[in-house]
Amino acid sequence: MTSTAKTLDVSVWRSNDTGGAFQAFAVPIQESQTILDVVAWIQQNEDPTLAYRFACRVGMCGSCAMMVNGKPRWTCRTHVQKVISGNKIEIAPLRNLPVIKDLATDMDPFFDKWVKAEGVFHPSKTRDDAIEQIDPTSHERTEADIGIECINCSICYAACDAVSTTEDYLGPAALNRAWTLFNDAKDSGKQTILDAVSANGGCHSCHSMGSCAEACPNELNPMASIAGLKRETAKAFFARRKS
Amino acid sequence: MIRPHRSHPLWFAFILHRISGVALALFLPVHFWVLSLALTSPERLDGFLHWTDITAVKIAEFALVFLLAVHLCGGLRLMALEWLPWSPRQKTLAAGAVGVSVLISGTFFLQAI
Repeated sequence: MTSTAKTLDVSVWRSNDTGGAFQAFAVPIQESQTILDVVAWIQQNEDPTLAYRFACRVGMCGSCAMMVNGKPRWTCRTHVQKVISGNKIEIAPLRNLPVIKDLATDMDPFFDKWVKAEGVFHPSKTRDDAIEQIDPTSHERTEADIGIECINCSICYAACDAVSTTEDYLGPAALNRAWTLFNDAKDSGKQTILDAVSANGGCHSCHSMGSCAEACPNELNPMASIAGLKRETAKAFFARRKS
Repeated sequence: MIRPHRSHPLWFAFILHRISGVALALFLPVHFWVLSLALTSPERLDGFLHWTDITAVKIAEFALVFLLAVHLCGGLRLMALEWLPWSPRQKTLAAGAVGVSVLISGTFFLQAI
C-alpha cells in the first residue's frame, strides 16, 4: 500500500439468482481496520443491499468467513494491512458452497456433512449414572483436545480441493469432529463413526493436500485428524477380517 | 497460475507427487515395451539404444530418474504422514535427518564419480 493512499480499492462479489460480478468500492483507510470493517462500511455507507454474514466479531462464532484475495479467512480477525496487495482487496463468498446472495453462502451442505460423518455425540450413560472420570493426560483425551477448538467457520472446507472435486466428500471439519468424538471416552459410537467415515466420500477421499491445516484460523490440523481416521478404519478393517 | 489458497509447501508436495505419478504411468508402458524388444526384436532394440546417445534423450532420461526419485520420496512422505502418528516436532526431526543423510551420502557419491 502506498503511504499517500487515503482509500482502499475494494472489489466485492455481488450476485443474485442470475449470476454475479465484482463491484468496485473506494473505502476509507482506518487504523486497525479488519476486512469485516471494510464490508460493514460498504453496507452502511455505499450500498445497504450488500448481503453478508457475521455475529460475534471476535473470532468465536465462525460466521464471517469469506475469500479475501483468493484465500479463505475469518474476516473479523483479519487485518487489512496483513492481507492487502497493492492497495487492492478482493472479497468473495467462500468456495465450495452455494451462494445465497453476494457474500452470504448457504452453509447447509457443510453442516449436513457433519451429521453424515457422525459428528454428533453418541451418549453412553443416563442422568442416573455416575459421571465418567476422564484422565486429561490419556492419549485419547490428548488427541481429542487437539481438535476440539473448531468454530465451524467452514474455512477449511473452502480451502480444500478434494471438496471441490468430490461432491460427496465430507470435508476436513466434519472429519475432524468425527475424530475428536472417536477419541472421546464418553462417546459410545466409535464403530458408527468408523462406518460413516470409511464410506464413499469419507476420510479416504482426502489427498493430504494440507490446505485445511494451512487455512485454519485456529491453527488446527484437520489433515492429521483425517490421517488418524484413516489409520483407525484400516485397523478396524483388518481386525474384522481376522475375526 | 497457482491460486492463492494453494500456495503452500504441502500443496506443492501434493502436486509434485501427482504430476510425477502421472508422468511415470505414461512412461512405464513405453519402458516395458522397449525392454520387450530384447526378446522379440533385438535389432530394433539396438537401433533404439543408439537413440539414447542424443543429448536431448539424455536430458529426458535425467528427467525420468528425477521423477522416479521425487515420486519415491513423495510416496514415503505420504505414508509417514498418514500412517505414523508423529508429533510436528518428530516430523521436523525426521525430515531433518533425511535431509542430512542425503547431503552426506551425496557428498560421498560425488567423490566416487
